[in-house]
Amino acid sequence: MEKQVLVVFPHPDDEAFGVSGSIALHIENGTPVTYMCLTLGEMGRNMGNPPFANRESLPEVRKMELQEACKALGLEDLRMMGLRDKTIEFEDPEWLANEITKAIDELNPSLIITFYPGYSVHPDHEACGEAVIQAVKQMPASKRPKVECVAFSNDCVEKLGEPDVIRDVSNVQDKKIATIEAHKSQTAGLMAGMKKRLQANEEELMNWIKYERFWTYKFD
Amino acid sequence: MDPIDISKVQPIIDRFVGKDVYIHLETTNGAYASHFNEKVFSAGAYIRNGKINYTRGKITGDGPYRAGLKMELGWIYAEGLTHWELDAKNRLLMAGHDTEGKLAVALQISETPFE
Repeated sequence: MEKQVLVVFPHPDDEAFGVSGSIALHIENGTPVTYMCLTLGEMGRNMGNPPFANRESLPEVRKMELQEACKALGLEDLRMMGLRDKTIEFEDPEWLANEITKAIDELNPSLIITFYPGYSVHPDHEACGEAVIQAVKQMPASKRPKVECVAFSNDCVEKLGEPDVIRDVSNVQDKKIATIEAHKSQTAGLMAGMKKRLQANEEELMNWIKYERFWTYKFD
Repeated sequence: MDPIDISKVQPIIDRFVGKDVYIHLETTNGAYASHFNEKVFSAGAYIRNGKINYTRGKITGDGPYRAGLKMELGWIYAEGLTHWELDAKNRLLMAGHDTEGKLAVALQISETPFE
Protein backbone atom coordinates (compact mmCIF):
# COMPACT_ATOMS: atom_id res chain seq x y z
CA MET A 1 0.00 0.00 0.00
CA GLU A 2 1.22 3.47 -0.86
CA LYS A 3 1.57 6.18 1.78
CA GLN A 4 0.74 9.10 -0.50
CA VAL A 5 0.26 9.32 -4.26
CA LEU A 6 0.98 12.41 -6.36
CA VAL A 7 -0.50 12.54 -9.86
CA VAL A 8 0.86 15.19 -12.24
CA PHE A 9 -0.73 15.75 -15.63
CA PRO A 10 -1.14 18.81 -17.84
CA HIS A 11 -4.79 18.50 -18.95
CA PRO A 12 -8.13 17.71 -17.37
CA ASP A 13 -8.96 14.20 -18.72
CA ASP A 14 -5.32 13.05 -18.90
CA GLU A 15 -6.05 11.20 -15.67
CA ALA A 16 -9.23 9.64 -17.00
CA PHE A 17 -8.31 7.05 -19.59
CA GLY A 18 -5.33 5.10 -18.35
CA VAL A 19 -4.98 6.15 -14.73
CA SER A 20 -8.33 6.79 -13.04
CA GLY A 21 -8.75 3.15 -12.05
CA SER A 22 -5.42 3.23 -10.24
CA ILE A 23 -6.36 6.50 -8.55
CA ALA A 24 -9.68 5.04 -7.42
CA LEU A 25 -7.95 1.92 -6.08
CA HIS A 26 -5.42 3.94 -4.09
CA ILE A 27 -8.20 6.07 -2.63
CA GLU A 28 -10.29 3.00 -1.72
CA ASN A 29 -7.20 1.60 0.01
CA GLY A 30 -7.11 4.74 2.14
CA THR A 31 -4.09 6.30 0.43
CA PRO A 32 -4.36 10.06 0.02
CA VAL A 33 -4.03 11.12 -3.62
CA THR A 34 -3.10 14.62 -4.76
CA TYR A 35 -3.70 15.59 -8.37
CA MET A 36 -1.73 18.51 -9.81
CA CYS A 37 -3.40 19.46 -13.08
CA LEU A 38 -1.23 22.02 -14.82
CA THR A 39 -3.77 23.61 -17.20
CA LEU A 40 -7.50 23.69 -17.83
CA GLY A 41 -7.18 22.34 -21.35
CA GLU A 42 -7.97 25.81 -22.67
CA MET A 43 -6.95 24.86 -26.20
CA GLY A 44 -9.27 21.89 -26.55
CA ARG A 45 -10.67 21.71 -30.06
CA ASN A 46 -13.92 19.91 -29.50
CA MET A 47 -16.64 22.57 -29.44
CA GLY A 48 -19.53 20.37 -30.61
CA ASN A 49 -21.85 20.62 -33.56
CA PRO A 50 -23.78 22.80 -32.87
CA PRO A 51 -21.14 24.32 -30.57
CA PHE A 52 -21.69 23.97 -26.80
CA ALA A 53 -18.67 26.14 -25.94
CA ASN A 54 -16.24 28.63 -27.41
CA ARG A 55 -12.54 29.36 -26.91
CA GLU A 56 -13.31 31.65 -23.97
CA SER A 57 -15.96 29.56 -22.21
CA LEU A 58 -14.19 26.20 -22.62
CA PRO A 59 -11.83 26.58 -19.61
CA GLU A 60 -14.76 27.03 -17.22
CA VAL A 61 -16.53 24.01 -18.75
CA ARG A 62 -13.44 21.87 -18.39
CA LYS A 63 -12.76 23.08 -14.86
CA MET A 64 -16.21 21.91 -13.78
CA GLU A 65 -15.72 18.60 -15.56
CA LEU A 66 -12.40 18.12 -13.79
CA GLN A 67 -14.03 18.78 -10.43
CA GLU A 68 -16.81 16.33 -11.35
CA ALA A 69 -14.21 13.72 -12.30
CA CYS A 70 -12.40 14.14 -8.98
CA LYS A 71 -15.69 13.78 -7.16
CA ALA A 72 -16.35 10.52 -9.02
CA LEU A 73 -12.94 9.27 -7.86
CA GLY A 74 -13.31 10.56 -4.31
CA LEU A 75 -10.17 12.63 -4.87
CA GLU A 76 -10.14 15.54 -2.45
CA ASP A 77 -6.82 17.28 -3.12
CA LEU A 78 -7.08 18.68 -6.64
CA ARG A 79 -4.59 21.42 -7.43
CA MET A 80 -5.23 23.45 -10.56
CA MET A 81 -1.90 25.04 -11.33
CA GLY A 82 -3.09 27.81 -13.65
CA LEU A 83 -0.73 27.26 -16.56
CA ARG A 84 -2.00 27.52 -20.10
CA ASP A 85 -2.68 24.60 -22.40
CA LYS A 86 -0.01 24.06 -25.08
CA THR A 87 2.48 26.41 -23.42
CA ILE A 88 4.10 24.04 -20.88
CA GLU A 89 7.11 23.28 -23.08
CA PHE A 90 7.84 27.01 -23.37
CA GLU A 91 7.92 27.60 -19.60
CA ASP A 92 11.24 27.68 -17.78
CA PRO A 93 11.87 23.96 -17.12
CA GLU A 94 13.74 24.69 -13.89
CA TRP A 95 10.85 26.72 -12.57
CA LEU A 96 8.40 23.96 -13.44
CA ALA A 97 10.57 21.25 -11.89
CA ASN A 98 10.80 23.43 -8.80
CA GLU A 99 7.01 23.59 -8.55
CA ILE A 100 7.00 19.79 -8.53
CA THR A 101 9.81 19.75 -5.94
CA LYS A 102 7.72 21.99 -3.68
CA ALA A 103 4.81 19.55 -3.90
CA ILE A 104 7.12 16.58 -3.23
CA ASP A 105 8.61 18.32 -0.19
CA GLU A 106 5.17 19.08 1.15
CA LEU A 107 3.50 15.71 0.47
CA ASN A 108 6.39 13.25 0.62
CA PRO A 109 4.72 10.90 -1.88
CA SER A 110 5.69 7.24 -2.06
CA LEU A 111 4.45 7.12 -5.67
CA ILE A 112 4.22 9.71 -8.45
CA ILE A 113 2.22 9.10 -11.62
CA THR A 114 2.94 11.17 -14.73
CA PHE A 115 3.75 10.90 -18.44
CA TYR A 116 6.87 9.16 -19.71
CA PRO A 117 9.02 11.89 -21.26
CA GLY A 118 9.78 11.13 -24.89
CA TYR A 119 6.91 8.68 -25.28
CA SER A 120 3.75 10.62 -24.59
CA VAL A 121 3.00 12.38 -27.90
CA HIS A 122 1.63 15.79 -26.84
CA PRO A 123 4.28 18.47 -26.17
CA ASP A 124 2.56 19.34 -22.87
CA HIS A 125 2.71 15.69 -21.82
CA GLU A 126 6.40 15.52 -22.61
CA ALA A 127 7.22 18.75 -20.77
CA CYS A 128 5.15 17.69 -17.76
CA GLY A 129 6.89 14.30 -17.56
CA GLU A 130 10.29 15.92 -17.98
CA ALA A 131 9.64 18.33 -15.10
CA VAL A 132 8.58 15.50 -12.79
CA ILE A 133 11.58 13.35 -13.70
CA GLN A 134 13.89 16.33 -13.28
CA ALA A 135 12.47 17.07 -9.83
CA VAL A 136 12.83 13.46 -8.67
CA LYS A 137 16.28 13.09 -10.19
CA GLN A 138 17.50 15.95 -8.00
CA MET A 139 16.62 13.98 -4.87
CA PRO A 140 19.11 11.60 -3.27
CA ALA A 141 18.52 8.15 -4.76
CA SER A 142 17.45 6.67 -1.42
CA LYS A 143 14.73 9.32 -0.94
CA ARG A 144 13.18 9.07 -4.40
CA PRO A 145 9.57 8.00 -4.71
CA LYS A 146 8.61 5.43 -7.31
CA VAL A 147 7.54 7.06 -10.58
CA GLU A 148 4.99 5.22 -12.72
CA CYS A 149 4.76 6.64 -16.23
CA VAL A 150 2.06 6.56 -18.87
CA ALA A 151 3.37 6.15 -22.43
CA PHE A 152 1.41 5.81 -25.64
CA SER A 153 3.58 6.96 -28.52
CA ASN A 154 3.52 4.60 -31.49
CA ASP A 155 7.05 3.45 -30.67
CA CYS A 156 6.73 3.13 -26.88
CA VAL A 157 6.67 -0.68 -26.63
CA GLU A 158 9.40 -1.01 -29.24
CA LYS A 159 11.69 1.37 -27.33
CA LEU A 160 10.69 0.80 -23.68
CA GLY A 161 9.62 -2.83 -23.81
CA GLU A 162 6.32 -4.01 -22.33
CA PRO A 163 5.02 -2.04 -19.33
CA ASP A 164 6.26 -3.50 -16.04
CA VAL A 165 3.19 -2.50 -14.03
CA ILE A 166 -0.15 -3.91 -15.13
CA ARG A 167 -2.80 -3.06 -12.57
CA ASP A 168 -6.15 -4.82 -12.48
CA VAL A 169 -8.71 -2.09 -11.78
CA SER A 170 -11.83 -4.11 -12.57
CA ASN A 171 -13.11 -3.61 -8.99
CA VAL A 172 -13.38 0.12 -9.64
CA GLN A 173 -14.31 0.10 -13.31
CA ASP A 174 -17.59 1.92 -12.64
CA LYS A 175 -15.66 4.80 -11.09
CA LYS A 176 -13.31 4.78 -14.04
CA ILE A 177 -16.14 4.98 -16.53
CA ALA A 178 -17.78 7.74 -14.46
CA THR A 179 -14.50 9.67 -14.55
CA ILE A 180 -14.24 9.37 -18.31
CA GLU A 181 -17.88 10.43 -18.61
CA ALA A 182 -17.33 13.44 -16.35
CA HIS A 183 -15.11 14.96 -19.04
CA LYS A 184 -18.16 15.30 -21.28
CA SER A 185 -16.81 18.00 -23.55
CA GLN A 186 -13.95 15.70 -24.46
CA THR A 187 -15.52 12.27 -24.27
CA ALA A 188 -19.22 12.49 -25.15
CA GLY A 189 -18.63 11.27 -28.70
CA LEU A 190 -16.31 8.52 -27.55
CA MET A 191 -18.71 7.34 -24.85
CA ALA A 192 -21.64 7.25 -27.27
CA GLY A 193 -19.66 4.81 -29.39
CA MET A 194 -18.43 2.89 -26.34
CA LYS A 195 -21.74 2.28 -24.55
CA LYS A 196 -22.83 -0.52 -26.87
CA ARG A 197 -19.42 -2.13 -26.80
CA LEU A 198 -19.44 -1.97 -23.00
CA GLN A 199 -22.85 -3.62 -22.86
CA ALA A 200 -21.59 -6.32 -25.19
CA ASN A 201 -18.59 -6.77 -22.86
CA GLU A 202 -16.31 -6.55 -25.87
CA GLU A 203 -13.01 -8.10 -24.89
CA GLU A 204 -10.56 -5.56 -26.28
CA LEU A 205 -12.43 -2.65 -24.75
CA MET A 206 -12.90 -4.42 -21.41
CA ASN A 207 -9.17 -5.11 -21.27
CA TRP A 208 -8.52 -1.46 -21.87
CA ILE A 209 -10.93 -0.52 -19.06
CA LYS A 210 -9.87 -3.23 -16.60
CA TYR A 211 -6.11 -3.07 -16.84
CA GLU A 212 -3.88 -0.02 -16.54
CA ARG A 213 -0.33 -0.09 -17.79
CA PHE A 214 2.65 1.83 -16.49
CA TRP A 215 6.38 1.92 -17.00
CA THR A 216 8.35 2.46 -13.79
CA TYR A 217 10.93 5.13 -14.57
CA LYS A 218 14.51 3.93 -14.22
CA PHE A 219 16.78 6.67 -12.97
CA ASP A 220 20.11 4.98 -13.58
CA MET B 1 -22.01 30.29 -31.04
CA ASP B 2 -24.14 30.73 -34.14
CA PRO B 3 -23.43 30.09 -37.80
CA ILE B 4 -21.91 33.22 -39.31
CA ASP B 5 -24.28 35.72 -40.90
CA ILE B 6 -22.22 38.45 -42.55
CA SER B 7 -24.93 41.04 -42.12
CA LYS B 8 -24.74 40.54 -38.35
CA VAL B 9 -20.97 40.17 -37.96
CA GLN B 10 -19.79 43.02 -40.20
CA PRO B 11 -21.35 45.76 -38.03
CA ILE B 12 -19.61 44.31 -34.97
CA ILE B 13 -16.27 44.30 -36.78
CA ASP B 14 -16.90 47.93 -37.69
CA ARG B 15 -17.50 48.84 -34.03
CA PHE B 16 -13.86 48.18 -33.18
CA VAL B 17 -12.39 50.26 -36.03
CA GLY B 18 -9.88 52.85 -34.77
CA LYS B 19 -9.85 51.44 -31.21
CA ASP B 20 -6.97 49.78 -29.40
CA VAL B 21 -8.13 46.17 -29.25
CA TYR B 22 -6.79 42.81 -28.12
CA ILE B 23 -6.62 40.00 -30.63
CA HIS B 24 -6.73 36.26 -30.19
CA LEU B 25 -5.74 34.44 -33.36
CA GLU B 26 -5.10 30.73 -33.62
CA THR B 27 -4.99 27.99 -36.16
CA THR B 28 -4.42 24.35 -35.34
CA ASN B 29 -4.93 20.87 -36.67
CA GLY B 30 -4.55 19.41 -33.21
CA ALA B 31 -1.65 18.07 -31.19
CA TYR B 32 -2.47 14.49 -32.15
CA ALA B 33 -2.76 14.97 -35.92
CA SER B 34 0.52 13.28 -36.78
CA HIS B 35 0.15 10.68 -34.01
CA PHE B 36 -3.00 9.31 -35.61
CA ASN B 37 -1.78 9.78 -39.16
CA GLU B 38 1.95 10.07 -39.74
CA LYS B 39 1.36 11.64 -43.13
CA VAL B 40 -0.32 14.67 -41.61
CA PHE B 41 1.89 17.71 -41.32
CA SER B 42 0.99 19.27 -38.00
CA ALA B 43 0.99 23.06 -38.02
CA GLY B 44 -0.57 25.88 -36.06
CA ALA B 45 -0.05 29.41 -34.83
CA TYR B 46 -1.29 31.28 -31.80
CA ILE B 47 -1.38 34.89 -30.66
CA ARG B 48 -3.18 35.87 -27.48
CA ASN B 49 -3.67 39.48 -26.50
CA GLY B 50 -1.83 41.04 -29.38
CA LYS B 51 -2.70 44.73 -28.98
CA ILE B 52 -3.57 46.27 -32.31
CA ASN B 53 -5.60 49.01 -33.95
CA TYR B 54 -7.28 48.48 -37.30
CA THR B 55 -8.49 50.99 -39.83
CA ARG B 56 -10.68 48.65 -41.80
CA GLY B 57 -12.14 45.20 -41.17
CA LYS B 58 -14.14 42.94 -43.44
CA ILE B 59 -15.73 39.52 -43.35
CA THR B 60 -16.44 37.92 -46.69
CA GLY B 61 -16.99 34.64 -48.56
CA ASP B 62 -19.87 32.19 -49.05
CA GLY B 63 -19.03 30.08 -46.00
CA PRO B 64 -16.73 29.15 -44.57
CA TYR B 65 -15.87 32.82 -44.29
CA ARG B 66 -12.72 34.90 -44.30
CA ALA B 67 -12.07 37.95 -42.14
CA GLY B 68 -9.30 40.52 -42.64
CA LEU B 69 -8.24 43.45 -40.49
CA LYS B 70 -6.15 46.20 -42.07
CA MET B 71 -3.72 47.98 -39.76
CA GLU B 72 -1.62 51.05 -40.37
CA LEU B 73 1.39 48.87 -41.14
CA GLY B 74 0.00 45.45 -41.91
CA TRP B 75 -2.75 42.87 -41.93
CA ILE B 76 -4.36 40.17 -39.86
CA TYR B 77 -6.60 37.60 -41.47
CA ALA B 78 -8.23 34.27 -40.81
CA GLU B 79 -9.97 31.86 -43.13
CA GLY B 80 -12.28 28.92 -42.53
CA LEU B 81 -14.58 30.80 -40.13
CA THR B 82 -17.99 29.20 -39.56
CA HIS B 83 -19.36 30.46 -36.22
CA TRP B 84 -19.55 33.67 -34.27
CA GLU B 85 -20.73 35.11 -30.99
CA LEU B 86 -20.75 38.48 -29.27
CA ASP B 87 -20.19 37.28 -25.71
CA ALA B 88 -21.30 38.78 -22.41
CA LYS B 89 -18.09 40.82 -22.26
CA ASN B 90 -18.77 42.38 -25.69
CA ARG B 91 -15.98 40.41 -27.30
CA LEU B 92 -16.39 39.30 -30.88
CA LEU B 93 -15.57 35.61 -31.07
CA MET B 94 -15.25 34.02 -34.49
CA ALA B 95 -14.20 30.44 -35.06
CA GLY B 96 -14.02 27.83 -37.75
CA HIS B 97 -15.25 24.35 -36.78
CA ASP B 98 -14.76 21.29 -38.94
CA THR B 99 -17.54 18.80 -39.68
CA GLU B 100 -16.86 17.02 -36.36
CA GLY B 101 -17.27 20.25 -34.40
CA LYS B 102 -13.55 20.65 -33.75
CA LEU B 103 -12.08 24.12 -33.73
CA ALA B 104 -9.56 24.70 -36.53
CA VAL B 105 -9.21 28.48 -36.48
CA ALA B 106 -10.26 31.35 -34.23
CA LEU B 107 -10.14 35.12 -34.54
CA GLN B 108 -11.39 37.12 -31.56
CA ILE B 109 -11.48 40.86 -30.92
CA SER B 110 -11.90 42.52 -27.53
CA GLU B 111 -11.46 45.96 -25.99
CA THR B 112 -10.23 44.33 -22.78
CA PRO B 113 -7.46 41.71 -22.55
CA PHE B 114 -8.48 38.07 -22.81
CA GLU B 115 -7.91 36.21 -19.53
